[in-house]
Amino acid sequence: MSEDREPKQPGFPAGRMMPGERRLEPPRWPGGRSQPPHGAFSVIGKRNRKVEGLAKVTGRALYTDDITLPRMLHAKLLRSSHAHARIRSVDASAALALPGVHAVITGKDLPACYGIIPWTEDEQALCEQKARYVGDPIAAVAADSELVAEEALRAIRVEYEPLPAVMDIETALAHPEWKVNEKAREGNVSKHVHLEFGDVDGALEQSDEVVEAEYWYEGSTHAAIEPHCALADFDATGFLTVYSATQVAHYLHRDLAKVLGLPTQRIRVVQPVIGGAFGGKSEPFSLEFCAAKLSMVTGRPVKILYTREEVFYAHRGRHPMRLRYRAGIRRDGTLTGVDAKIQIDGGAYSSYGLVTTYYSGQLLTAPYRMEAYRFDSTRYFTNKPCCGPKRGHGSVQPRFAFECQLDRLAERIGMDPIGVRRRNSIGADTQTVNGLRITSNGFLQCLDAVERAAGWKQKFRRLPYGRGVGVAGSMYISGTNYCIYPNEMPQSAVQLKLDRSGRATVFCGASDIGQGSDSVLAYIVCEELGLDLRDVRVVAADTDLAPVDLGSYSSRETFMAGNACLDAARRLRGWIAETLAALWGCAPAEVTLAGGVACSSRDPQRECMSVKDAFQLAEARHGTLGSVGWYQSPKLGGDYRGGTIGASPAYSFTAHVAEVGCDLETGFVKVATIWIAHDCGRALNPVAVEGQMEGSAYMGFAEALMEAHLFKPAAPGHGPGLHHGPSLLDYRIPTALDTPELRSIIVESVDPEGPYGAKEAGEGPLHPSIPAIANAIYDALGIRCERLPFDPPSILRLLRESDARAQWERARGQVGAAAGAGVAGRSAPC
Amino acid sequence: MLTLPRFEWVQPRTLEELLEHLAEHARESLIVAGGTDAVPNLKHRLHEPRFVVHIGSIETLRFLRDEADGLHLGPLVTLSAIALDERVRRDFLALARAASLVAGPQLRNMGTLGGNLCLDTRCTYYNQTYFWRQALGFCLKKDGTVCHVVPAGKRCVAAHSSDLAPVLIALGAEVEIASLDPATRAMRRRWLGVDDFFVGDGVHNNVLEPGDVVTAVRVPAAARGLKAGYQKLRPRGAIDFPMLSVAFAARMKDGACEGARLVVSALAAKPRVVAGVDALVRGKPLDDEVAEALGLAAYKQCRPVANVPYDSDYRHEMVPVFVRRAVREARGAPGPVLAARGGT
Repeated sequence: MSEDREPKQPGFPAGRMMPGERRLEPPRWPGGRSQPPHGAFSVIGKRNRKVEGLAKVTGRALYTDDITLPRMLHAKLLRSSHAHARIRSVDASAALALPGVHAVITGKDLPACYGIIPWTEDEQALCEQKARYVGDPIAAVAADSELVAEEALRAIRVEYEPLPAVMDIETALAHPEWKVNEKAREGNVSKHVHLEFGDVDGALEQSDEVVEAEYWYEGSTHAAIEPHCALADFDATGFLTVYSATQVAHYLHRDLAKVLGLPTQRIRVVQPVIGGAFGGKSEPFSLEFCAAKLSMVTGRPVKILYTREEVFYAHRGRHPMRLRYRAGIRRDGTLTGVDAKIQIDGGAYSSYGLVTTYYSGQLLTAPYRMEAYRFDSTRYFTNKPCCGPKRGHGSVQPRFAFECQLDRLAERIGMDPIGVRRRNSIGADTQTVNGLRITSNGFLQCLDAVERAAGWKQKFRRLPYGRGVGVAGSMYISGTNYCIYPNEMPQSAVQLKLDRSGRATVFCGASDIGQGSDSVLAYIVCEELGLDLRDVRVVAADTDLAPVDLGSYSSRETFMAGNACLDAARRLRGWIAETLAALWGCAPAEVTLAGGVACSSRDPQRECMSVKDAFQLAEARHGTLGSVGWYQSPKLGGDYRGGTIGASPAYSFTAHVAEVGCDLETGFVKVATIWIAHDCGRALNPVAVEGQMEGSAYMGFAEALMEAHLFKPAAPGHGPGLHHGPSLLDYRIPTALDTPELRSIIVESVDPEGPYGAKEAGEGPLHPSIPAIANAIYDALGIRCERLPFDPPSILRLLRESDARAQWERARGQVGAAAGAGVAGRSAPC
Repeated sequence: MLTLPRFEWVQPRTLEELLEHLAEHARESLIVAGGTDAVPNLKHRLHEPRFVVHIGSIETLRFLRDEADGLHLGPLVTLSAIALDERVRRDFLALARAASLVAGPQLRNMGTLGGNLCLDTRCTYYNQTYFWRQALGFCLKKDGTVCHVVPAGKRCVAAHSSDLAPVLIALGAEVEIASLDPATRAMRRRWLGVDDFFVGDGVHNNVLEPGDVVTAVRVPAAARGLKAGYQKLRPRGAIDFPMLSVAFAARMKDGACEGARLVVSALAAKPRVVAGVDALVRGKPLDDEVAEALGLAAYKQCRPVANVPYDSDYRHEMVPVFVRRAVREARGAPGPVLAARGGT
């Protein structure tokens, strides 16, 4: 990652900004890595079960909170009642005196600052000088039970000096002297990025139509069903084990060492089964440090389980953003210039904010070619729980705004919105305006698929008032091409052990958060070595047992851990094939391993044996069977500061069509169906890919209609900043009854660098949800929803404020007229 | 996770045992049936009782009888049972519908009629954790002296949130209350209309005195022929408490209305029986014109405040819409009646 300030860790040469000038190069396989090991796939592409599925549905899966250790204590955190306050003193003597209380720690016990991005380490496990949002942790108590710990919290006296609170972007700008975060170099600015590619003003001037509009995304949170939980055990030898519901065991490992002052080799981080994360567990949190420190102080295991309320305070959810776009188009449908000004409400700390700020601009430049592009994004600190990465990090809000802009531009020139998207599709094997390398690209097939499945031509601008359809497209990364801290080591690694019993074990640091990375590793091993799914064990996300993988974020696991695993398995496969080829006198390429059987393709009846026997022969010939594989992305990205941020070895593409019906009396929008077509390169397991597509579309739909991370204003007697309703009763996510029909259509573009051609599927399919619904509401009602969420009061207000019905009539006429004049693309309604 | 406070568990087997316990300890007891409201409230420290009294083992409080004078329901009858019972669905579809619209299937399997009737009022400043409430400053409903909804207000405006009560009021149902006579220690029972059961104080919005227990609800036989409807405004298709609820019941003869009751709730501490309804409907068919007039009357009589987490102006605006829909439903165009189990 390229940045202007150097990280504080020692060991990185000054002036080195890019990791890996010379990068490791993965092995090349005859026929490439996108093809099956021999002829046809036997496991890949099949609707296999997930390896942990049965354990989950039968209640046997062990989540962090299911783990109980002998003599274990429970800890709770004391949290700030003020949105912004100096901490004058903390007196815990009364709490310590309570029976059953074993230890209390405060900010001075864990003074080191940490943060997921090495350039912006601005958090302490417990606030020492200042609390920056209601819920910021100040002290932690370890006690015999949660109840005793909770009672002890009430006995801790904190003397606050309340400070003016910054609750929104306007106040952050208006009062730079009300400094929320002392690490900000200027006022309340967390990060500012301004990048321009090409002559935007010139391109806009030469457009036939320019549309300018402002959009508002209200923040949202992940609402994973499992709350954060950590269990720390510091043993008598000085070894610390931390079990945590984290999606980044490796980064947590490093930060634990830093904050606790322990050597990394005396720390083990284990990620048990996770009950959902969605980006909300992708950095270290206060509870992990506090549980560890309390275990070190008491010499006993200590567990902290956040309440649902505390999960809302830990947050790291999607940023509120104000987005102003100017975009131009020529009458033939060519997109010209795009100019974006984006303000981001970051909350109290940096988190991934540096990346968020870049992503808010960098990830907009496909699937459409644009002649020139400029974005100016600024993230501000405010006295609210810290925002961070949520599924589709940084790019969901801009995608909402931009796809609505495209809808408006299409209408201005009287072109079908699918036609406009086709007209500007950037295509495969190309480069975006900001220097992102695009390889495989199935976007056009995605558009075709949703157009056909939704019956678009019969519906668009043709349904009665109150019903409508809308389209949107998007792209997303399959992992990033850099590690969060600069280094030249692989981004993912696998060790593969083959046993003479006929069993394989995959060791990998990859983090399965429900998306199925463990299963992907197992499928790959089964495909390469001809094993049954039950004969492969995956040992993952355990820093003692598995080699490093950077974790489950940026949709990187299938692509990166998958490639590492493919190489490890293929190496072993090579030895086995070589052994059998020597035995049978055939070529190694003629050896097939599938369905538990090894045979030659030449004479499979006679030249065959069980894979177990084959393993034993290979072991006798080559010694103990084990192999490693690793993944390091090629050097990618534009040659400018920040040019690597957003660069990915492969991009996924998605298109949605949403169909909505609106209740004109109540303003309720019912999303009837979302058709989702997603180019995932190759579906290693179609049912898992469909699950990700449905889950993504659901989550986007939820944000479109319901979710809003809101705070109570100040009132007489109390300051602002209390969360509006930190519970799943008041923070509403849609129930099964609210959820639309979700129709998934997998598109396979077979990426040349992905494992068997696979790309990501976990985050990309979320992006078009919100704008497809917004555009469908316009088709239904003639109103443009520019502020999220599209809740009933907002819809009624918009209907009332505008002459919606007349606008709706006009929009219908326009498409018809344009189609008649032959201007529209080939998808114009007939 | 959120902890329960310390309490003693009491589980009477008979009504007498329950009343005996309450005679001594009513003020320091919390009665729990299904626990769907009490347990989260305990975790939020909205109740900090010495005794949690579980009445689920008092089998005599669990009955559903169709008798000549009406439908008799015990307080332990679950919401699922009411939603699914053939007799209820045949004669009082609006009641079954209201029960089916409470929360979700699991909560309806546990939640009871008595619990729903005695449901604690709800407020965005009250149904929060201890931490949240102390960070804000406690309110007058619990531990404090001010109202955060109406800062100058002296009276709690937390919202009555029972789905069943508005329908029961519209149908003219009655509730039976039992207690021990403090002098004689003999059990005494009294009946009163469900509309008289509630009072306009959000802190404690019903007439129950310490020691009182709801022992039965009767929907009168006369209500069998009523045309009734229940409409609930909620953001989601399940789980949510009502943001607005409307119950309507009318007596019809030869296509003309003889009289009607319109109840609007979830706006204030007490369900509002809309005044002047008979004058608007008498002698008229339940047509759109009547529905419009009823909606307007209700709109004028309701003043929602920002007590529940939803736009209060919008809730006000929806009053006539939901009144019209309740009237349409009563007329014979019911919305979907959700099954108590299995979702739709």
